[in-house]
Amino acid sequence: MITAKQMFQLRSMSAGVGVPEEKMPFNKENMLHNSADDAKSVGKMRVEHLQAWFGKAEIIKGVSLSVADKKVTAIIGPSGCGKSTFIRCLNRMHEVVPQALVSGKVFLDDVDIYEKQIDPVKIRSRVGMVFQRPNPFPTMSIRENVLAGLKLNGVKIPRPDELVEKVLEQAALWGEVKDILNRSGASLSGGQQQRLCIARALALEPEILLMDEPCSALDPIATSRIEELIHSIGKICTIVIVTHNMQQAARVSHYTAFFYMGELVEFNDTDILFTKPGKQQTEDYITGRFG
Amino acid sequence: MGTRVYRKRKCVDWVMRSWCIVATLFAVVPLFSVLAYVFVKGIGGLSWNFFVELPKPVGELGGGVGNAIVGSFVLLGIASVVGIPVGVLGGVYLSEFGSNRFGKAVRFCADVMAGVPSILIGIFVYTLVVLSMGSPSALAGGIALSILMLPTIIRTTEELIKLVPTSLREAGLALGMPKWRVILRVVLPAGMSGIATGVMLAIARAFGETAPLLFTAGYNRFWSASLDKRISSLPVQIYEYASSPYEEWHQQAWAAALILVLIVLILNVSAKLLTSSRSHAR
Repeated sequence: MITAKQMFQLRSMSAGVGVPEEKMPFNKENMLHNSADDAKSVGKMRVEHLQAWFGKAEIIKGVSLSVADKKVTAIIGPSGCGKSTFIRCLNRMHEVVPQALVSGKVFLDDVDIYEKQIDPVKIRSRVGMVFQRPNPFPTMSIRENVLAGLKLNGVKIPRPDELVEKVLEQAALWGEVKDILNRSGASLSGGQQQRLCIARALALEPEILLMDEPCSALDPIATSRIEELIHSIGKICTIVIVTHNMQQAARVSHYTAFFYMGELVEFNDTDILFTKPGKQQTEDYITGRFG
Repeated sequence: MGTRVYRKRKCVDWVMRSWCIVATLFAVVPLFSVLAYVFVKGIGGLSWNFFVELPKPVGELGGGVGNAIVGSFVLLGIASVVGIPVGVLGGVYLSEFGSNRFGKAVRFCADVMAGVPSILIGIFVYTLVVLSMGSPSALAGGIALSILMLPTIIRTTEELIKLVPTSLREAGLALGMPKWRVILRVVLPAGMSGIATGVMLAIARAFGETAPLLFTAGYNRFWSASLDKRISSLPVQIYEYASSPYEEWHQQAWAAALILVLIVLILNVSAKLLTSSRSHAR
């Protein structure tokens, strides 16, 4: 039987890319627990007793956690554990679906984004999102896709060309598309499309970038490119990434939250969670005994 | 498997196949004979003058249907200006906000309207517009045609907008766009070529309609001076000529019919081309 520790060592050896070098201990005492009180610790975003429903089905059953600024936080867990629903609550995308309900608090810089007078549209331009399947706008060129979030909202862009180059550079796509900026976004490969979607989100200079299994529709090479990307943009922007791939979580994140059946089982430093998991359930999951 | 069973199956296959072919021929023959007959009868009457001149009085040779061609396009223009925005926006409403009772009622009405005999629409516009304006007019004819086009445009727009994947809407919303902007700038453009096809088909249908125009646009032997006056159109012109007792007018009716068929054909083919260029883009 392989232990969690051995497993962690294995994946450290095999991980070719993107192991975060410096892992700041982030208020470790506070990070170890899930209660609402402790979640009030410093952080870019703070979730307090979040519940989410689809119709009568309760998908998220009271989760509290805190997202560290300019760090990568991974959310892992078996399929159907509510991890996608959870991050869709962080930029108010959950309520877009009919029958969807949310309760609880999500503080972005100490302002509850579920406060009545808050416009979800504004929140979404501060908290960007990358989806599971690449979804560039098919009727727009690569360039227009990058600028879409600003242009379609009527924002005047002082130097559009520079912005396009900058964010495509950040998304590690500039080299591949600099000569075909006017081609349709749909003409790119899947991995390129996903990086285009990341660039499109970055163009708005979001404070937080939510990524919902961004690599699950991609092959291993495209996946490793996205992972490198997460590592580099994680320095300029707070990232919350959902993944069902534990190795990926271990490679790219500073903190990891393990969800099971709509509840937060454990939340800790990625290193600690994968080497010395505090709960039996976590250990069972990361060693592959279920899920 | 025995050879007898095998032979029997082959036989049944042959019979069924022949049956299908014969049935197809029965369906296609009238279609092509109409086209061929119109072509043969009409081609002799076509000349440059026929396209540009006014009808001449009985007994005089020559004359054309220039005013009717122009009239048809004027009517269609009015119908499009009224019908396309209302129809497309109605379709957007049904697909984006129409899952309530009201939406269901509208959808049902649109479906019923698509099957209503067009002469009823003519009578409706007659009582509503013509009677209050005092005489048939281009405006009334255009409104009648726009009502005729509405159900097709509403329903095709709705169906095509529903086909636009949710992921695109979510992409727009996640970029901090309000819903109306997502619909306008992301969803509509993505469905545009399909919607354009639906609109073209609606236009092609309206172009050939006679019944709603008889009491609304009326008939005019001369160039129409303004939109509140009677205006000629190809279908009504054909109706006038064909129901007259004069041989040379019958000949002109055939020629006008050929022009009508050709224009409708062009509209339909361009609708097809729009659809296929869309499937290429995918």
